[in-house]
Amino acid sequence: MEVLLEAQDLRKHFGALKAVDGISLSVRKGEVLGFLGPNGAGKTTTMKMLTGFLAPTGGQAMVCGNTVSTGNVAARKRIGYLPEGAPLYGDMTVRAFLTFVANTHGIQGAEARDVVDSAAGAVHLHGVMDQRTETLSKGYKRRVGLAAAILHAPDVLILDEPTDGLDPNQKHEVRRLIEAMSVDRAIIISTHILEEVDALCHRAVIINKGKIVADGTPSELRARSKYRNAVTMLVPAEESERAASALKSIRAVAKVEAANEGDYIRLTVLSRGNAEIADAVGDIAAVSNWKVAQFSVDAGRLDDVFRQVTEGQ
Amino acid sequence: MTSTLTIFRREFASYFATPVAYVFLVIFLVMQGLFTFYVGQFYSREQADLVAFFTYQPWLYLFLMPAVAMRLWAEERKSGTLELLLTLPVPLGSIVAGKYLAAVAFAAVALFFTVPIWVTVNWLGSPDNGVILTGYIGSLLMAAAYLAIGAALSATTKNQVVAFILAVSVCFLFLVSGLPMVLDLFSGWAPDGITLAVANMSFLLHFNNLQKGMVSFADIFYFVAVIAFWLWVNRVVVESKREAG
Repeated sequence: MEVLLEAQDLRKHFGALKAVDGISLSVRKGEVLGFLGPNGAGKTTTMKMLTGFLAPTGGQAMVCGNTVSTGNVAARKRIGYLPEGAPLYGDMTVRAFLTFVANTHGIQGAEARDVVDSAAGAVHLHGVMDQRTETLSKGYKRRVGLAAAILHAPDVLILDEPTDGLDPNQKHEVRRLIEAMSVDRAIIISTHILEEVDALCHRAVIINKGKIVADGTPSELRARSKYRNAVTMLVPAEESERAASALKSIRAVAKVEAANEGDYIRLTVLSRGNAEIADAVGDIAAVSNWKVAQFSVDAGRLDDVFRQVTEGQ
Repeated sequence: MTSTLTIFRREFASYFATPVAYVFLVIFLVMQGLFTFYVGQFYSREQADLVAFFTYQPWLYLFLMPAVAMRLWAEERKSGTLELLLTLPVPLGSIVAGKYLAAVAFAAVALFFTVPIWVTVNWLGSPDNGVILTGYIGSLLMAAAYLAIGAALSATTKNQVVAFILAVSVCFLFLVSGLPMVLDLFSGWAPDGITLAVANMSFLLHFNNLQKGMVSFADIFYFVAVIAFWLWVNRVVVESKREAG
């Protein structure tokens, strides 16, 4: 598939601070790339270079074969951008604001009315079109920002923390929207919310201190977790100690973690070298006749991988 | 061109989106009236001209034009919309021009509301309307020069009050450089050329020529050059400040 967005060894230095230090990535058509990292890792700075707001210190960003720069208007036409916090002109109505954005893209008159209407429809703004944007709730403001980013049908969507600060229903809504839009575009979303990655990203890149520290599909990343193939089971409190020591005696078991849950204890059995231990644990449980309430095998945990690669453990 | 117009329309409309614009217009007209009738002694002069009207405008504009220009960029930087604006497919030059022209158009609207004084003077006597016309042209050119300074300095800060104070200070320098008290500082020791150059930097000198009905290429060129220079500064400042966010 066609690569629509590409970063080649992007660098941004602010004095001695290397905010972005050699990031290369590419996003294909139809792909949603999650761009993760702790606060201050350089996500937003990278996004700002991808959209041509900031000039890179080194390297370059390409959109549909055009080099993005602070002066390249043609490249910017192919991009839809939702800046962090979705800034809007507070004194404009939603309709006036969206029409203004359409006009800047060279869409005028009746055509502008059409694209504004259809973008507003896509993010369900019809009830608030004549309200000033400053009177809108956070969720609506985000949607107005999204509508502004998509109304010119860009090939590349760059969304900086699109669901930050939204309630769970609004998050769900925005994710569904992004999913629907991903079919014929390349989308990159930055986030520090890991559930987002599972919910909608085809691939995730984790950065830390301006460098890429992990890159892969969500399952590939998850596989790097120490919880990969770990077994979690709920056993009655009185049996838990016996169970824990029995489990530790299995050679493939690295560690057993216990957590209180009312009358039960949740035991998490970590395997050595991520080996599969579900069968062995199951056998012991059956032989010893424990009253196991729940039993599940972990696919690995993203938050664990995230900590692992960004805290240097 | 179309993109300049798009920016212009948004910016011009935003002046009227809040009551501030109307408050400003009222203050401008009241102040203008005070200066013309009380300080300028419009009636006691018993002359059918608008000298009393134009004489104090450089001082009135010194405070009012920076107030018109202060929000142009400072507000965008404060609210974060600058990032949105600069990532839209509009060349920076068009944004600078569009915003600036909106401020000039707003000043023109304010000036337009002074037409009753022109009607009055024509009703009371028979003034030289040619002189009045060049006076109005000079007035608008001077307002435009103040606004160019104000727009450029508005881009240097996120705080509109700071932008206002900076602009008033710089405009003040451009104004007083033609007054005798400043020129006396130079005339004692500096060559005449330098004193003349300082005097020629002043809005006062060039505005006075225009309001007396003398239209010279030099005076018009002066204002156009000042405007062009400050618009260039405006662009450079925006370029450098975008890096700072």
